[in-house]
Amino acid sequence: MRETLTLESMVTRSYMSRREAEQQSFHLLATVLIPAVAILLQVLLPRISPRLAIVDLPLIVTLFFAVSRRSPIAGTITGAAIGLLQDLLSGMPVGVNGMAKSVVGYAAASLGSRIDVENSATRAVLTFGFSLMQSVLLYLILRHLLEIHGFHVLWLHELVRAVVNLLVGIPVYLLLDRWKRQE
Amino acid sequence: MEFVTRFKNALFLVTVLLAQAIALAMQVRGPATGTEPTGERVRLIRLWSIAAVSPFERAAHAISSGVRYTWFNYIDLRHARQENDALKRQIAQMRLDEAAIAEDALQDRRLQAMLQFRQRYVGSTVAAQVIGASASDQSHILTLDKGSNDGLKPDMAVISPDGIIGKIREVGPTTSLVVEINDQTSGAGVILESTRIRGILRGTVAGRVQIGNLTADSRIKPGEHVLTSGGDQVYPRGLPVGVIEKIEPDPDHQPYMAISVKPAADLNRVEEVLVITGMQSELSDQAQQDLLAAQAKRASDMSAEKLPGIHDGQPQDGAAAAGSAGSPAATQESVKVPRPIPVIHPDRYSPGATPPASNLTPGGASLPQQNPVPADSGKSSSAAPAQQETQ
Repeated sequence: MRETLTLESMVTRSYMSRREAEQQSFHLLATVLIPAVAILLQVLLPRISPRLAIVDLPLIVTLFFAVSRRSPIAGTITGAAIGLLQDLLSGMPVGVNGMAKSVVGYAAASLGSRIDVENSATRAVLTFGFSLMQSVLLYLILRHLLEIHGFHVLWLHELVRAVVNLLVGIPVYLLLDRWKRQE
Repeated sequence: MEFVTRFKNALFLVTVLLAQAIALAMQVRGPATGTEPTGERVRLIRLWSIAAVSPFERAAHAISSGVRYTWFNYIDLRHARQENDALKRQIAQMRLDEAAIAEDALQDRRLQAMLQFRQRYVGSTVAAQVIGASASDQSHILTLDKGSNDGLKPDMAVISPDGIIGKIREVGPTTSLVVEINDQTSGAGVILESTRIRGILRGTVAGRVQIGNLTADSRIKPGEHVLTSGGDQVYPRGLPVGVIEKIEPDPDHQPYMAISVKPAADLNRVEEVLVITGMQSELSDQAQQDLLAAQAKRASDMSAEKLPGIHDGQPQDGAAAAGSAGSPAATQESVKVPRPIPVIHPDRYSPGATPPASNLTPGGASLPQQNPVPADSGKSSSAAPAQQETQ
């Protein structure tokens, strides 16, 4: 009985320690400022060069917070908030990016609690995959939920976007790691 | 309860998605026209967001503009005076051209008035600067630094000197959102310049501009200019839109063609724009003055072409002309009435061969004078031209 309890407590501790030891939190200021700056840059960068519009900084920030916190609820909230703000500033129906980024935040946080996401290679793969996932979600929402008939997706363009997000994301993640607060 | 605890994450996600889907459905049902409560709420939230972001956009724009203008001003000032003179000459020439065009427009207006059409001219505009772009690659939106405080309203046309840019969608007190013509949700009535075929211009997902409601027509060729038709009640008629770039079958909408148009204005690098805030049925005062000046000039040109020139047959000596222009008396003396060239073998058709009308009798034979007076020596022959001259 005692051995069973010890084993159970060890398993629990092991599971909790892995999950909790790697769970990171952020200062409230960083939680608010980083997404705000990302969205602001997303608005300003295309003014410098229209080609920079291909980078999705709000997505990169959503992924960063989701995999760092490893809480699907927190990931969902972060994705929804960033996506809704992006919708408000892009003239699109409010909820399009909100829904897509909610799902992305949830999925990234769920995946982050299962695999090691501190590795740059893992982060790169995650960014690439979730960028494509967001493109698919946006297509489904705009084409099938809102029934915009003339809407098309240039999949090659979305592939290029995923690669660009991957390339931009790695240094951005390293920069944002400095704001982490280990719990 | 256990179910909720176990699947709380997934349930939370579903709740969030459901809430957003409902919000989307309400927006689609009642678009942001300002009449629907949902549309109005979304519009307000959107305007608040833009208002919150716009100070940062203004600051960034001011900094980048400052740096850019400081550098370019330094470069440009080196030739500013010469450039200024050249531009003044260009403006003078353009005003003359504009007046000539305005005259044609006036004629067109008269014809349209006969057909009970009502021509509308750009009455007033507000200049604005672009301070922000869209936060998403899926839309092509610009943020302007002017809003309802400056008289801007939704659905006003936004243009640049090169061509149309788009129309205003949302207006806040100090900022406004412009949807560009290459946005997927935009539309504009256009007309092809030479063939006069009308179409509807729309944006594509790739940020291009297309006319998609025309069937194959051999008259439509790449390179043809596209103008606004004025049928959409947003853009005034006749503004440049772009040039036809490519014509190909539209795979999604057979048998229509996808006519790609290269916008006249560079939509990716718009800095300053003009918002058309008012239309009028009359030309502006300046345009009317230019028109009158052009009409007067044209009338004098036509008179000069039709009347015989006083210097015909004389050498165009600039010094002589200057001297004669100096004193009117000298002008009177130097002006000679044109005389016919003396003939070598006179006949009855020669100048002076016909007797004066006072010597003729009704029913009598008109005999030619036996000794016609040379044109340059007789007084009778020069009487008529002299009378013409005095008149």
